[in-house]
Amino acid sequence: MGDWFSRILDDFIQNFITESRYTLIIQGFTVTVYVSFLAAALGVIIGTALAFASMSKYKALKLPARGYIDIIRGTPAVTQLLIIYFVVFGSVRWHPAVIGAISFGINSGAYVAEIIRAGILSVDYGQTEAGLSLGMTRAQTMIKIVLPQAVKNIFPALCNEFIVLIKETAIIGYVGIMDLAKAGEFIRSRTFSAFMPLLGTAIIYFIVIKLLTKMFAAFEKKLRKSDIR
Amino acid sequence: MITVKDLHKSFGALHVLRGINENIANGEKVVIIGPSGSGKSTFLRCLNLLETPTSGEIYIDGELINTGSVNVSRVRQKMGMVFQQFNLFAHLTVMENVTLAPTMIKKTEKAAAMEEGKKLLARVGILDKENAYPAQLSGGQKQRVAIARALAMQPEIMLFDEPTSALDPEMVGEVLEVMTSLAADGMTMVVVTHEMGFAREVGSRVLFMDEGLVIEQNAPDELFKNPAHPRTKSFLSKIL
Repeated sequence: MGDWFSRILDDFIQNFITESRYTLIIQGFTVTVYVSFLAAALGVIIGTALAFASMSKYKALKLPARGYIDIIRGTPAVTQLLIIYFVVFGSVRWHPAVIGAISFGINSGAYVAEIIRAGILSVDYGQTEAGLSLGMTRAQTMIKIVLPQAVKNIFPALCNEFIVLIKETAIIGYVGIMDLAKAGEFIRSRTFSAFMPLLGTAIIYFIVIKLLTKMFAAFEKKLRKSDIR
Repeated sequence: MITVKDLHKSFGALHVLRGINENIANGEKVVIIGPSGSGKSTFLRCLNLLETPTSGEIYIDGELINTGSVNVSRVRQKMGMVFQQFNLFAHLTVMENVTLAPTMIKKTEKAAAMEEGKKLLARVGILDKENAYPAQLSGGQKQRVAIARALAMQPEIMLFDEPTSALDPEMVGEVLEVMTSLAADGMTMVVVTHEMGFAREVGSRVLFMDEGLVIEQNAPDELFKNPAHPRTKSFLSKIL
């Protein structure tokens, strides 16, 4: 037992403490957080715009929005990342993490759009008719009646999308950016021990997502206040 | 007050209204009856433009309302509507349901809107539920709140689209009672219903619709006692 424990400890020290390797983990973690939040914010903005455009009665808005969603959902995120990094931003000297975040934001926007669209459609049309019959405009009805109810259906799916997004940013290593996953992989290549760095990064991802899930659940409970019978 | 000229409405190939001509005067209580699919609800929903007429003209207070240049929201403010499925705003309390439109559209002060709201909720006998959410109410209570919500905009006309059809039988009475008292106050009402007792007691005129046309109309006693048209006879014999 003692033998086993000291071996684990040695492994830990070698992978995270020697040569201050924990700083790689911290740097990588910072990049992951930064890219995730930037991409999520961008995804929500793009997704909201796409959701309304895709539900518009004007074809000039609807068709491009549907096309965007089709293309993004029909191609791998890695391929999109590579295209955006090497083709679209090939000659632009922005910080690579920013370009990565833009790529994930563009990807996430398509999924967020579908989440928001489904949430809006889930609100009974009678709610809209009641608002209109009182003399509200379509915009007032959407803002005051439909969206507050749609949020209850949108929020859990949006949280799920955010969690998927955090994990998906791990592919940013493909374009040579050192995020959390890449940091673990880098340490492995230096120490030739796979167990500790890979499991370590997995545990960090897990803890972050677990904490976020807890926060989301608490907020969702608040949203459901009007459902109590 | 309401004038309808040669109103047609089609949904795709389905020709639902086939030329309705009607005049509804101030203070009248018009009850529309007829078999399902006869176009009663569509007619009612055309009056506040929840359905856009395919052709024909609708005038409210002498103003043509089904043209592109009209401000539809302003026209609808004159007409309250009560729906079969209540359609209370599920995320708002009873009081918020009643005060939302006046505060948002008429810019009524919140305190004044709530005071008016309390009066209206007392009138429909549901003041004790002002802080409840719609999910906590019975069907009859929901419909009474829906009536109060519509009245909060101080409409000139009230449209009722089968207001008791989704209710359990023991709750029909409480809703009809509110409607009857509203009628006694002189409100102009257009009511689509299957409640023949209400039609007879409250209606100043009953329209019988079938296949997109008003087949026959008369004072309620006359229409129920001596229906002239064979289709009216056959409909009444099935439900009375």
